[in-house]
Amino acid sequence: MNTKSIMIVGVGGQGTLLASRILGAALVSEGYDVKVSEVHGMSQRGGSVVTYVRYGDSVASPIIEKGEADLLLSFEQLEAARWLAYLKTDGNLIVNTQTIDPMTVISGADVYPDGVIDALRASGAGVTAIDALSLAVQAGSAKAVNVVLIGVLAAKTEIPKETWLNALRETVPPKFLEMNLKAFELGWSYKG
Amino acid sequence: MKKLLLGNEAVARGLFEGGCRVASSYPGTPSTEVTECAATYDDIYSEWAPNEKVAMETALGASIAGARSFCGMKHVGLNVAADPLFTASYTGVNAGMVIVVADDPGMHSSQNEQDSRHYALASKTMMLEPADSAECLAFTKQAYALSERFDTPVILRLTTRIAHSRSLCELGEREDAGVLPYEKNIAKNVMMPAMAKGRHVVVEERVLKQTAWAESEAVDAEINKIEWHDKKIGVISAGACYQYAKEALGDKASYLKLGCVYPLPVELIRSFAAECETVYVLEELDDYIETHCRKHGIRVIGKEAFTLQGEYSQTLIEKVILGTQKPVLTVDVHVPGRPPVLCAGCPHRGLFYALKKIGVTVSGDIGCYTLGAMQPLGMIDTVICMGASVSALHGRNKADPAFSGKSVAVIGDSTFIHSGVTGLINIAYNQSNSVVIILDNSITGMTGHQQNPTTGLTIKGDPTSAVSLEKLAEAVGVHRVRVVDPYDLKECEDAIREELAVDAPSLIISRRPCALLKKVKHNPPLKVNPDKCRSCRMCMRIGCPAISFKDGKATIDFTQCVGCNVCRQLCKFDAIEG
Repeated sequence: MNTKSIMIVGVGGQGTLLASRILGAALVSEGYDVKVSEVHGMSQRGGSVVTYVRYGDSVASPIIEKGEADLLLSFEQLEAARWLAYLKTDGNLIVNTQTIDPMTVISGADVYPDGVIDALRASGAGVTAIDALSLAVQAGSAKAVNVVLIGVLAAKTEIPKETWLNALRETVPPKFLEMNLKAFELGWSYKG
Repeated sequence: MKKLLLGNEAVARGLFEGGCRVASSYPGTPSTEVTECAATYDDIYSEWAPNEKVAMETALGASIAGARSFCGMKHVGLNVAADPLFTASYTGVNAGMVIVVADDPGMHSSQNEQDSRHYALASKTMMLEPADSAECLAFTKQAYALSERFDTPVILRLTTRIAHSRSLCELGEREDAGVLPYEKNIAKNVMMPAMAKGRHVVVEERVLKQTAWAESEAVDAEINKIEWHDKKIGVISAGACYQYAKEALGDKASYLKLGCVYPLPVELIRSFAAECETVYVLEELDDYIETHCRKHGIRVIGKEAFTLQGEYSQTLIEKVILGTQKPVLTVDVHVPGRPPVLCAGCPHRGLFYALKKIGVTVSGDIGCYTLGAMQPLGMIDTVICMGASVSALHGRNKADPAFSGKSVAVIGDSTFIHSGVTGLINIAYNQSNSVVIILDNSITGMTGHQQNPTTGLTIKGDPTSAVSLEKLAEAVGVHRVRVVDPYDLKECEDAIREELAVDAPSLIISRRPCALLKKVKHNPPLKVNPDKCRSCRMCMRIGCPAISFKDGKATIDFTQCVGCNVCRQLCKFDAIEG
């Protein structure tokens, strides 16, 4: 199988690293060669963060460049727009409709644009937009946004549901497992 | 069973399997997880040292005593540890010693983009460079064997994309190397001129032996390896660049992958280059391998076609060598930048706001609080390196005593212990009227919450003695010491104004634990009462990521707010409610 590329982008603190860990665990148990590239340190402090996940028979580069991602999972609207160019021209985008103002907007130096979702749809990418924050709150915690979104992503892959649930059990602390399983289910069954 | 490990976790596994007994490091992105993960193995004594110099000397001491040892650091940390490194190259080891240095091309989390390979060359210390997690594990184990065989510390060089990428590793068993006998040997271990002259001869002989190894045995061990495909293009590379080249060129090129970047082979490179039509050296940062090739008359294309700055990628290589580019989608919206910020509830925010209100020049340092330089706080004037805030403030105040009442230094608790304390001693000893502020958030923050000598906990979370910053300041001769709570804006402002006015060195400790620490209990999120909000934007001046303006009124994001109440002290209309 040719190498496939998934990007997870968001704002530092939103839990993108846990999402990539669940995805990585699921891919490994399916027997793929996998590389997951993360950035730690300063950019995690409320900055724009990105994780690259690549899998296939044999993966060389750990990073994804412009025009290379099969799937882009964005935890925030503006971040989807920022990283859209990394998607293949026939790639798919899953975008959480949550908005988080960057400091450039908070300080008044810039303006958060209107109509981001419409602009994303107009780009030609296949777009799934979801209010994952509401579903996470419904599952029991705003912090479960990442697992709701992994649920949406999971339903778009060929990997069986049981593999995902096992990956979740391996990755999530036991006391939050039930809530996260609920969050995953809400994402998995989302029709949008 | 294969496991998906971070490059850094794989190095730690290599330490475990390679029989490491003593690990001492100072945290630094992207190297931190090596030691954090090493500490999860009970067979390895692990610790956070106050700085990289102490860590390397600890590791060398353990090695001379007979235990396989380790120290890890980021690239700039090796500057701090350079003193012991150069002499460790002369003494060599008893049991194996491995040094990890993690470079950060592209500066994801660093203040410069230095290329640590020059340290291997300059100190004549063997350096290996893995290209994925499996090699991180394997090379770490190899490094112990090589260290003992050639009687030298061995440096394992990582870059961000290797250290912070997960890939599959096959785990093995621990080789228990035991503790080797220690024998007193002053000709080898006491480096004063007469003995060091003798050791320099040994070092030069060692380099020749290692070069011979790099030509032949390293190839058998697949540390240096050639992959023949199409010979029109030849690629000489190492580390992450090798992976980018494979991604971009696949079977369209042949590869010489160098797992050992010091010393470099000569004949291996020459014979590879002779069989290829055009040879490229693909390496991030400096023209290190390229210069070696040119020195030996081997024709290669390197930096004239690529760059000395930032990271390489498959796209860059594809564009330069094949002249092709992938099509991209465009989106028709303006996308504002999203730089990193101080977190909601960050205790540094209140202190920076007080500094802004007073309007002082701020000598800054390395840590989360470096972000205080960003708007809307914008309250840092200089950032150089670990500890420089304190010493540079002293220099500023000596340049013109008139600066004294208008300048302060800010430095974190861990950074202060690392190398700020020597600057404070200088302030006391050489009497500058300087105000130093320690931003004591009870943790090493930016690197992801490591304990340090002020926290009272070891790397394993066990209780230990804690440095008293107050007593330390007093002991070195700074007699004006006070503690403030950075959530209390007035208290901070008053204290800073008073200390600036006094004609004596002083230390202010701004004490409040990092809001991200698990032990910190948060208050319920605050809310803006839209009927009371007069849209004056006072609350926006602190640059809290939880506060934004929607429909002409301030609003607080409940997912981020931790109820620190700093914004509340700014609102003149009591519009922010608990």
